[in-house]
Amino acid sequence: MSESSAIKPQSEASAPRLLFESGSPGRSSFYWPAESEKGQTTIPGEFLREDIPGFPELGELEVLRHFTRLSHRNFAIESQFYPLGSCTMKYNPKVNEVVARLPGFAQIHPLAPIEILQGAMELLYDLERILIEISGMDCISLQPSAGAQGELTGLMLIRACLTEKGNPRKKIIVPDTAHGTNPASSTLCGYDVVQISSTARGVIDTATVAKVMDEDVAAIMITNPNTLGLFERDIEAIAAVVHQKGGLVYLDGANLNALMGVAKPGHMGVDVLHMNLHKTFSTPHGGGGPGAGPVAVKEGLSEYLPVPRIVKQNDKFELLEDCPKSIGRVRSFFGNFGILVRAYTYIISLGREGLEESSRMALLNANYIRKKLEKGYQIAYGEPCMHECIFTDRLQHKYGVNTLDIAKRLLDYGFHPPTIYFPLVVSGALMIEPTETETPEMLDAFVEAMLAIAQEAKENPDVVKNAPHSTPVKRLDEARAARKPILRWDPGQGGAE
Amino acid sequence: MEFPEGLKYSKEHEWVLVEGNTATIGITEFAQEELGDIVYVELPEVGEKVVKDDPFGAVESVKAVSDVYAPVGGTVLEVNDVLPDNPETINDDPYGDGWMIRVEMTDEEDLKDLMTAEEYAEYVEQQKEDEDEEEEEDEAEDEEEK
Repeated sequence: MSESSAIKPQSEASAPRLLFESGSPGRSSFYWPAESEKGQTTIPGEFLREDIPGFPELGELEVLRHFTRLSHRNFAIESQFYPLGSCTMKYNPKVNEVVARLPGFAQIHPLAPIEILQGAMELLYDLERILIEISGMDCISLQPSAGAQGELTGLMLIRACLTEKGNPRKKIIVPDTAHGTNPASSTLCGYDVVQISSTARGVIDTATVAKVMDEDVAAIMITNPNTLGLFERDIEAIAAVVHQKGGLVYLDGANLNALMGVAKPGHMGVDVLHMNLHKTFSTPHGGGGPGAGPVAVKEGLSEYLPVPRIVKQNDKFELLEDCPKSIGRVRSFFGNFGILVRAYTYIISLGREGLEESSRMALLNANYIRKKLEKGYQIAYGEPCMHECIFTDRLQHKYGVNTLDIAKRLLDYGFHPPTIYFPLVVSGALMIEPTETETPEMLDAFVEAMLAIAQEAKENPDVVKNAPHSTPVKRLDEARAARKPILRWDPGQGGAE
Repeated sequence: MEFPEGLKYSKEHEWVLVEGNTATIGITEFAQEELGDIVYVELPEVGEKVVKDDPFGAVESVKAVSDVYAPVGGTVLEVNDVLPDNPETINDDPYGDGWMIRVEMTDEEDLKDLMTAEEYAEYVEQQKEDEDEEEEEDEAEDEEEK
């Protein structure tokens, strides 16, 4: 017999209190040792507080229940479908974690003598060779610890190279479909940004690049496939135009998960690229990081790569610090080593064929959703997509329903909403990336929910406009949260500061 | 939707109030509605030069960050200090309390290619129609498929 919801107490589940609002004076989870005379003098008196107003006093079990209850509210890929476009919420196979926790990897100290770190060095060295093979580039640095840091590092390499040739130049060309980090990294590296528009087909046109390409342009930053999920077919011709005027081609490899094992950026005229290991090689993502954004280059740029570089001499691995033209260190020690172990594990466990199949499945799944959802939503660009597909809320406009409403309503159906209102070039964008690991049953369930919402928008728009209805909190006032953020709970006042 | 007479309008959806050599600049009702709830406004400093058709500031809504383009060039005389703490003023009163900057114009020629209220209303209508037409085409295609 199922438990009747009518008799189930709701108070705790529906409105859990903050720890600050719970507990009772004198309640405790443990006992301090008796204060010794020595202990009292360790911290000078002026730094000791006599009281912390409102500090919660709770028993261990209360605290445990509080956090366990909160953990049940996590939306995680381990429990539900998570189709965030552009972010690639790829499933992280558990074998990655097993390997990263092996004592030989997890318990080494970065300052240990290099002689006893040979195994870890070998893994880094092999990972370098593998990523070079996958990307079709010549040399690589594993140090940058996020995609954006990879971008900055890559642009610093370009600046160093052009400076040595006599002129660092002034501008970077960035298409309007770029990730927001591209113009930001360019600016941080001291370059002005020249934005170019993509065509009606959603890609960059060689002629548009040729028009703005001159000898003040240091580089173009291209994302391929781009943020619209479309392959930049003219990339070779675009690279030729840029190279002809002495510029370099930077590839934002954030979407390499659509290409790995199938096509190599190194064969497309690319001089520098970064890869996001969390997007392509299944390392933790989105607060679960830390990240890794290795930067790969063609031979001509290799001498500028960050130090230290790993070299193999007489079957032993060494760290090379003496590289006079290097841009220097970009990260302490050897980057986020634990993350690099996970990426290595993913690649080795899938193998060459597995990586290729993973890319192809990501494309197949995205196109499956694209085709199925056309019945209820306006597709932004007509052609087959790569690993993600983009819809708009245009068909829902006349019912007063917009992208945000659709996203909120999906929560009621048990799905994480896709990315919304990005890329900026698509008005009211809904950007869906299913990734390679979802089953056809799950994709069908998602499509069914989306089509049901499209139907609701027509017949009962209010149910969509007021969504979500089933979540612990209803529609949040995002505008007020951004305008008047309350960043600190002030327990003394029993309220916000 | 209201487009007050006596203001000049740009294709990027800014309005200009001209008083002698001074131009007061803000964004139109259409612009604020398209952006949605504005949560952050970035303005230039007094004394800064603004260049016609170049961005002079930015508005951030819950959806996106957008540059605001100078419809005329000149030197910034005054900025609306209310906006950084109360960005919603632009949503509430785009032509009044939601003004953004006052500029001493360098060249009155800059005003020439701006639109009147009537022309701008047509321009906005045209933009909406373009969207609707696409919508109708889509629907026609839907029908065919059925």
